[in-house]
Amino acid sequence: MSSPIPLVAATPGADRARRFPGWRLVARPWPMLAALAIALGVWQLVAWSDFRPDYVLPDPATVGRELAEQVSGTELWRAIGTTLRRAATGFALSILAGTAIGLAVVRLRLLRAAVGALVTGLQTMPSIAWFPLAILLFQLSEQAILFVVVLGAAPSIANGLISGIDDLSPQLLRAARVLGARGVTLYTSVVMPAALPAYLAGLKQGWAFAWRSLMAGELLVIIAKRPSLGTDLQFARELADAPRLIAVMIVILVIGMVVDGVFSTFANGVRRRRGLGALRL
Amino acid sequence: MSASLRQTGPVGASAPTGVDVRMEKVVKTFGRGSARTVALGGLDLDVPAGQFVCLLGRSGCGKSTLLNLLAGLDEPTAGTVDLGGRRVAMMFQDATLFPWLTVGGNVALALKLAGVPRTERPARVAELLALVQLGGLQRKRPHELSGGMRQRVALARALAQDASVLLMDEPFGALDAMTRDVLHDEIERIWRVRRLTVIFVTHNVREAVRLGDRIVLLAPAPGRVDVDIEVDIPRPRRIDSPEVSERARWLTDRLHGQPKAGSE
Repeated sequence: MSSPIPLVAATPGADRARRFPGWRLVARPWPMLAALAIALGVWQLVAWSDFRPDYVLPDPATVGRELAEQVSGTELWRAIGTTLRRAATGFALSILAGTAIGLAVVRLRLLRAAVGALVTGLQTMPSIAWFPLAILLFQLSEQAILFVVVLGAAPSIANGLISGIDDLSPQLLRAARVLGARGVTLYTSVVMPAALPAYLAGLKQGWAFAWRSLMAGELLVIIAKRPSLGTDLQFARELADAPRLIAVMIVILVIGMVVDGVFSTFANGVRRRRGLGALRL
Repeated sequence: MSASLRQTGPVGASAPTGVDVRMEKVVKTFGRGSARTVALGGLDLDVPAGQFVCLLGRSGCGKSTLLNLLAGLDEPTAGTVDLGGRRVAMMFQDATLFPWLTVGGNVALALKLAGVPRTERPARVAELLALVQLGGLQRKRPHELSGGMRQRVALARALAQDASVLLMDEPFGALDAMTRDVLHDEIERIWRVRRLTVIFVTHNVREAVRLGDRIVLLAPAPGRVDVDIEVDIPRPRRIDSPEVSERARWLTDRLHGQPKAGSE
């Protein structure tokens, strides 16, 4: 802010930035930081209240030390590696399945009547309810986990794509037809780009479902000598190691949020470039 | 897409030279049984190459149906629509630009769909945008432009198809009067430079007189040609000139004298 002309003084944030040099750094994330501070404060108060003994409900500082220890070790990273690999595989398969189902439902009228309701129904089915069957089908294996992850995520992705294509404006479609877009070209150059925002929303929701299903799966399907975040949680409970348990929970929360944030950033960029989302209601 | 798909007449029966568009006894009905409505009832229309024709009529007289048939977006129930294998471009009341593409991208997509090789596209995009006086706005997004600018982009996109026939469906209907006057001059200039055949649908009588070599007044229920007149006012014309006003008044009276849609 060394410009001699106060070009940006119209924005209140800039004005404050000149008075407090550090303002710019905290201006954007401060509501989040405040929420975090409140959450930690409440946690600390509950811990102090001796509502539960310390070895069951440790205070934030104890968990923080445990988390720091875990992060500097190798075991946690191996667990994160396994879990993320499963998440990536499961989510990739979900994208393939969801996109294929979505396109098929859009293209085939009969399929829409038959499968449309089923897809929505699948979405309301808690994914953890699939695990007993998945374990019968695939035993305690990676396949059982991936099966449920795909079942959890694919319907959301399919639904996103379907609603994106259904909402395509008839005027744009007419314009595309007049320009000579037909068949596959119509899809690649107009229909799919037009459906992208809704598709991204579907992917974002699909990720949330995939992540939940994966955690449920890792709690139930424990494979020997293959540490994962879910297994870590389960072992921490069995050993009554509360600080470690909460530390792993924090890791799970952070990973979920980071991936969700990547989707949001991407989706917002797409919407902004199209002149959408300027109005916040 | 081959233009011959739009040709509904027998193969080889293309219009003689000098006529771009020939419609013979064209009937278009929608719905069935008691809900059946006749949008066009045996309409004949020939448009010579290079003519600027304005189709005028109250709503429900089949103007848009007629354009859809010419654009190949719909098929006639009976009769023939013969474009002699010519390419047709179309502009709508909304610019209908693709919001995920830049201004340049919209024009480039039209070029791509018209089969222009990738390497030639950038130069053609620049040339077309310069033609509609939007040079330098290539990288803008449609939502960043005014309504008039968006219609200019839509015009550039339509011209990218290199069609000899340009169909315009009330393209300036949603614009303010000032912008519309400017775009009248523009479309007249481009029509001359590009030697286009223009079929321009409007419900604005003065606009029709300002632009057309010929005005075809349609009558509703069922849609048919009511009056077909030449406009002999020399160009350049002004929309507020006494000659334009005089003919506009005559046409307006004629329109008011028509039976209302649905009263037959």
